[in-house]
Amino acid sequence: MSGEYLAFLTLALAAIIGGVLMLNLSKVVHMVTALVFTFISIAGLYVLLSAEFVAAVQVLIYSGAITIIMLFGIMLTRHREEDKEKTTTGGFWRKTATAIAVFAFGAAVYLGVYQLDFGEKAEHLHEKNTEQIGVALYSYYIIPFEITAVILLVALVGAIILAKKDDREAQKK
Amino acid sequence: MSSVPLSAYLVLALILFCIGLYGALTKRNIVVVLICIELMLNAVNINLVAFAKYGAHPGITGQVFALFTIAVAAAEAAVGLAVLIALYRNRKTVHIDEIDSMKH
Repeated sequence: MSGEYLAFLTLALAAIIGGVLMLNLSKVVHMVTALVFTFISIAGLYVLLSAEFVAAVQVLIYSGAITIIMLFGIMLTRHREEDKEKTTTGGFWRKTATAIAVFAFGAAVYLGVYQLDFGEKAEHLHEKNTEQIGVALYSYYIIPFEITAVILLVALVGAIILAKKDDREAQKK
Repeated sequence: MSSVPLSAYLVLALILFCIGLYGALTKRNIVVVLICIELMLNAVNINLVAFAKYGAHPGITGQVFALFTIAVAAAEAAVGLAVLIALYRNRKTVHIDEIDSMKH
């Protein structure tokens, strides 16, 4: 067993354990913390796939920004502790039906991908990875890159407008 | 030297996607549903980066697309949180099955 297999198995196991813990824990803050394990393991998988820059972005954006923004969302809203045991919606049969449907979806996709192999492999992705991404972004993908900037601006302004108090509510205070 | 095959990454992404899908369909709390959607987007990103290395036409394109997906997912999380806070201010609840005013 080579070191790459060992690293892949460890990271995959950590990612799946994080996801399963997220489904089973009862407190919301614990769920978010469990998912940080998954996000960091996925960053390790990106390093295995010779995508160092995407791995760094994953750690910054997902384990940093999105986790913190979700924690803010949890702290700004009130979560009653007394109905802790009822964290999922629907009854037993509805959950079972959902699980069966998700499992059937997973089995169908698994039949499609478990033997998939194109036999090709990129050999030069890890050499100056960030420089390659920068060259591609600023030459071939310049228009999608600029449109992404506009999307981020629109989302930020929209989020501020949605989350700020109405004028009437502010006057009532 | 043999490396980890493409199908191993695809199966891992499939498992994570199924976990996220099940959580998004059954959880009761809006914050948890948003996090599950982020997990599903992450599974898709694993696919993109794996195909960038082992795909039919390997190249840097898959990683660039993964970056675009991360940017759009961050925007989606910010807007989702803003909608959640606006809902909480009006309805005083974060439970999905109590927000049903468009059901009738």
